[in-house]
Amino acid sequence: MKLGFSDMEEAFRRECASWFEDQMAGEFADIRGIANLVDKPERRKAWERRLAEHRYSCIGWPIAWGGRDATLNEQVIFAEEYARAGAPNRLNHMGVELLGPTLLALGSSEQKARFLPAIAEGTAIWCQGYSEPGAGSDLAAIRTRARRDGDEWVVEGQKIWTSLAQFADMIFVLARTEDGTSGREGLSFLLVDLDQPGIEIRPIRQINGEAEFNEVFFDGARCPVANMVGAEGEGWTVSTTLLSFERGISTLGQQMQFRNELDAVIAAAKRNGKAADPVFRQRLAEAEIGLRLMRYGALRMLADGKGGALAGAALTYKIQWASWRRALGELAMDVLGQEGEVAPVDAEAWPLLANLYLYSRADTIYGGTNQIQRNLIAERGLGLPREPRGNA
Amino acid sequence: MAFALDEQQQMIAETAAAFFAENATSERTRAAMANGIDRDLWRGYCRELGFGGLMVPEDLGGAGLGHVELAIVAEQAGRTLAAIPLLGHAMATAALLASGDRAAIDVHLPAMMAGDRIVAAGERGGEGMLVPHAAQCDLLLLLCEGGSHLIDASAATVEPLKSLDETRPLARVLALAGDPLPGGAALCEAARATGVLCLAAEALGGAQEALDRTVAFAHEREQFGRPVGSFQAYKHRLADRAVEIEQARSAVWWAACALDEGHETRALALHAAKSFCADTYLRVAGDMIQLHGGIGFTWEHDAHLFFKRARAIANMLGDGPHHRERVARIMLDEAA
Repeated sequence: MKLGFSDMEEAFRRECASWFEDQMAGEFADIRGIANLVDKPERRKAWERRLAEHRYSCIGWPIAWGGRDATLNEQVIFAEEYARAGAPNRLNHMGVELLGPTLLALGSSEQKARFLPAIAEGTAIWCQGYSEPGAGSDLAAIRTRARRDGDEWVVEGQKIWTSLAQFADMIFVLARTEDGTSGREGLSFLLVDLDQPGIEIRPIRQINGEAEFNEVFFDGARCPVANMVGAEGEGWTVSTTLLSFERGISTLGQQMQFRNELDAVIAAAKRNGKAADPVFRQRLAEAEIGLRLMRYGALRMLADGKGGALAGAALTYKIQWASWRRALGELAMDVLGQEGEVAPVDAEAWPLLANLYLYSRADTIYGGTNQIQRNLIAERGLGLPREPRGNA
Repeated sequence: MAFALDEQQQMIAETAAAFFAENATSERTRAAMANGIDRDLWRGYCRELGFGGLMVPEDLGGAGLGHVELAIVAEQAGRTLAAIPLLGHAMATAALLASGDRAAIDVHLPAMMAGDRIVAAGERGGEGMLVPHAAQCDLLLLLCEGGSHLIDASAATVEPLKSLDETRPLARVLALAGDPLPGGAALCEAARATGVLCLAAEALGGAQEALDRTVAFAHEREQFGRPVGSFQAYKHRLADRAVEIEQARSAVWWAACALDEGHETRALALHAAKSFCADTYLRVAGDMIQLHGGIGFTWEHDAHLFFKRARAIANMLGDGPHHRERVARIMLDEAA
């Protein structure tokens, strides 16, 4: 068991750091440090293409598909240096981190050839169509339907909380393809073009005033039958595979963003004197400890190498980081006091810490609420009996 | 970098787990509570298991292993509440090695490694000097910034006391005589670091065992016609504790590696590990009583042994607020 990286890995770290610094100090300085998902989408699409030119868009993918076949440690280093340099949140996170690995694992060779290059080249942005108004924590209660019409699927229904749909080119959708089924049965996993008449996207304004979530309405939207990943009716299995990638390497990069946020709280506490208050010192220390343990927890999870299996550190990671960040938002506002509640009248967005305070309320909801996480940990991790369920 | 136990470490963990599970039974621990140490268990640990010289270099007859291995073993000892003087032993080993005092090493280490000489270790300062196993030991290690002492127990005046944690009883050291070990503050720091890690790892093991036993109970115990573990009020509390235990494990591994590698985060890791693991153990042990209901409040059930051990660990070698204050100083770039 070791903490340190090898000399070769450290060399790769310097290579990444210097390239990111060149980019972020130079041509892409205008998007440096953007932490939200909505600012300057065109520039961020350009950034995706720049990453691709340098073969940095999906380094963990096989070389044949535009990646670098990078080792786990190299991916960890890349994610850390990416975030350390203040490179913006990946606009194509869902294509690179979720759909790509899913297609590599389960896609047909035709699907790989059709969809992977555009993700690797940064020219197709993807979003995820899972949640529905009636299918949140109970995701299997999906009602969006797809029926066969010749060699096409025709999709009817509504998705909600769809991040980045307003900028995306494609959406992957869980839809019910078999009449009379319920729950996990009869669902299929479809890849649908967003640029067509049967699709309407309506942004949802959030508590911080911004709109990165959307409602996506499907009214006769079409996709070729060849766009179904996995077998008909096997969509749930495909989506489970995909969710296992969600706890991947990118979490290490996310932690660099958390580091920046904690540093901002520390700086604020030093400025206004709260850093000398024993109560705040204890809370700051707790935040520091929590962040460090998150890093070592993530490294354990990756070293486990069970291909995203939900066990131990991996199973507890989501609730851990989400709860930590929400608590940091609260600490930030306690440190700032009333000053944290105000901004100049012409401010377009809330400053970092006020936004953290508001945005972090979503962290403990999306991707499985804290309540659902506790059920998962108790039932899958600890093996406790399942909660009795109604007839869904 | 691979932040996971390697094959040898995995084997040590399994060996230690099997040894303590077989020998450090509840019955034996309870029997040892009468005089504070299970001496047979300790000899078995030192000799049969061969861990008496775990961290002693091979040229001195030891196994030449590091803090990662110590943490692995201490976790298993903590799991079973083993009534052994592991803490003082580990701290004294570290102190002797750090002192470079060849005469003291030759006099004490071989007998310590054989399990024949029991060492109690504590810190001078604070109110009185309450030292675990001070009434049972052959040697006393007393850490002080200015100069630490390793002295024959007969040269000290020790007042035995009734202790909350009878599996590792405290006694008050009133007066002592003896020459300080060479090594000053560095020796003190080395012994303290090893002790802090040992306690954090013990806390991790104790918390894990307390959780596992509560989970087992949650399957067996039925109310309202269902296992109590199927109720969310019950399972969510256990889930929260499981999350904390995973973090505690990360903390122990981090601190152990940082010590062995001389990593820049060494001090931070130790303060984090001690405060986080002790807090975790306190919460899990408290919940163990609560979630067992009435039976958890009985002397017959082991829950109180975990609960008391957790409290004792929390107070030893600096409590939570102390260690978090140290973390604050480091993170705020203040002079130590």
